[in-house]
Amino acid sequence: MKIMLLAIWHYRHFILTSIRNDLRTRFARSKLGATWMIVQPLAQGAIYAVVLARVLGSKLPGINNQYAYVIYLLAGLVGWTLFSEVITRCLTIFVDNTSLLKKMVFPRICLPLIVAGSCLLNNLFLLAATLAIFALVGHFPAWMWLWLPILTVITLMFGLALGLILGVLNVFVRDVAQVMNVVLQLWFWLTPIVYFINILPGQFALVLRLNPMYAICSSYQQVLLWGHLPHLRTLGAIVAVSLVLLAAGMFLFRRASPDMVDVL
Amino acid sequence: MSGAVLQIENLGKAFREYRMEWQRMLSWFGARPNAASESWVLRGIDFQVDAGESVGIVGQNGAGKSTLLKLVTGTLRPTEGTVRVAGRIAAILELGMGFNPDLTGRDNARYTAGLMGMSPNQIDAIIPAVEEFAEVGEYFDQPLRTYSSGMQMRVAFSVVTAIRPEILIIDEALSVGDAYFSHKSMARIRRFREEGTTLLFVSHDPGAIQSLCDRAILLDRGRMLMDGEPSQVMDYYNALIAERENATVEIHALESGAAQTVSGTREAVVESIGLFNTAGEPVEFVNVGEPVELRVRAVAHGDIPRLVFGYMIKDRLGQPVFGTNTHYTRQVLAHVRSGQAVEYRIAFPMNFGPGSYSISTALCSTETHLVDNYEWRDLALVFTVANQNRDSFVGSAWVPPRIEINCAP
Repeated sequence: MKIMLLAIWHYRHFILTSIRNDLRTRFARSKLGATWMIVQPLAQGAIYAVVLARVLGSKLPGINNQYAYVIYLLAGLVGWTLFSEVITRCLTIFVDNTSLLKKMVFPRICLPLIVAGSCLLNNLFLLAATLAIFALVGHFPAWMWLWLPILTVITLMFGLALGLILGVLNVFVRDVAQVMNVVLQLWFWLTPIVYFINILPGQFALVLRLNPMYAICSSYQQVLLWGHLPHLRTLGAIVAVSLVLLAAGMFLFRRASPDMVDVL
Repeated sequence: MSGAVLQIENLGKAFREYRMEWQRMLSWFGARPNAASESWVLRGIDFQVDAGESVGIVGQNGAGKSTLLKLVTGTLRPTEGTVRVAGRIAAILELGMGFNPDLTGRDNARYTAGLMGMSPNQIDAIIPAVEEFAEVGEYFDQPLRTYSSGMQMRVAFSVVTAIRPEILIIDEALSVGDAYFSHKSMARIRRFREEGTTLLFVSHDPGAIQSLCDRAILLDRGRMLMDGEPSQVMDYYNALIAERENATVEIHALESGAAQTVSGTREAVVESIGLFNTAGEPVEFVNVGEPVELRVRAVAHGDIPRLVFGYMIKDRLGQPVFGTNTHYTRQVLAHVRSGQAVEYRIAFPMNFGPGSYSISTALCSTETHLVDNYEWRDLALVFTVANQNRDSFVGSAWVPPRIEINCAP
């Protein structure tokens, strides 16, 4: 463990450079470059807003802003996008870097860290764009928004922990990535991002309580829309779960490491 | 600097396949499920390399050469045995180095240097030298996808060898790319070697192995077959490729102490071989440029539908200087009967530089000795070329010049 941390420290510049390269290659060949990373979730939000705002707009209690639904939607999407991006990219991280892993010797743990860093950066851009839209529709910063960095870290940690485990497994069983793409879609709809929790029948409450992404997304919504404190006990539970998953992921990663290049 | 920089003990690598992948996963946690198949690509490898030594690794495709290099480099982990390395390793394994096609050559060079663990200061320090050595001109700031494979190779080699490593590992990489750069990179490798770098080198090019290595290791189907003098190992290796069913490979110790390798089915053999001067006297020392005749007497021990005789003159290092065969000269013999003797008289001027040379002979059915190899004989004859009455010159070829000098008034 100590060796791994030392290696990460030694390769810190490499990790930072790689994150920058990652961003730069996105700019390299498309006209809008990295803007797509923001445009995509925003467009998704816009579509839901247009389609569903009329239906759901009136059901938000205690908010006068006519754009309340848009704010609700974007708040949840900021959290969800970070999570799903980390997972999707972690899934194929080792498979995508086959030639690198086969030819160079370097601490392999750098790869998920690079993904985490680059997703974090994307998410900051998305968050900035979201907050700009909030300002446009007359929804201004509240003190509770200071919770955002903490929420971001928790989401990142949870995504990374799950992503690391799935990424390692995907090296050996490639179906994992395929299955996860479907699971992520289902997961998205099982999380109240587009809809409100109160439209669900009671028996779904348990499913939601077991869904960590519900806690995360609803925290984003609490903080950004209502300016309320997030539900601290649930968040604490998710931090604990993430830490356990992260430890399990690291353990699995270290055990699987020698076998990994063999099957790539 | 002395002592072993690389110690390999009982090294083995197996690739395991499981019926179900979860069985493999169990194996990470101490369980020992039975693997459905286990293929050992390398086993029982034992050797040690001292500082400053350069070792060539030869063997046919699938012999385990690349696996061995990857184990030494550390990208693969051994299944059994140990690899102990003292010092920094730089490795060029195949092409590409995991370059990113959308980044420029410069960024890729920085990236690779970072992968090798260099700090930003070190990277800043080496990049100008990398750019200069790679000589890709303005392409250095163009995306890598616009590069030819030769240019990628140039950048890769330049980065990896920017700082002299204790151990340099090269896998075939130098065969790609243009002659100019391959000379340039060879020069750098030689310089490293003189400065004490240990070299581990895989190549199919016997010339490169013989000129660069002071030792060669022959791998065959994952086993170490031979470890010794490069020329001896290469001869054995050539014989091995030629070996067909029923053919045998023998090594005789010659009086001179050199080892002679003979292989083939022996359906035709060279009975006698000699070098003669114009007066018809056998010679061992030949003057530069002197006309000589090589006389070879071959006998068939079976009916042979098609007989080709070939010979190769090699220099002291075992590098080919000249070779041809009767297929190339359109003098193939058809239907040679068992017991029939054939005499070949080959006249040529000894246009070689001073030094010791050897002649290998081959009797086969086509222009390569890989199809029907009747007999392949290395070191069939050894002779020496001496400069008795020519103006001094250097090199292995005698190309007498006429030099005209015009001085401006």
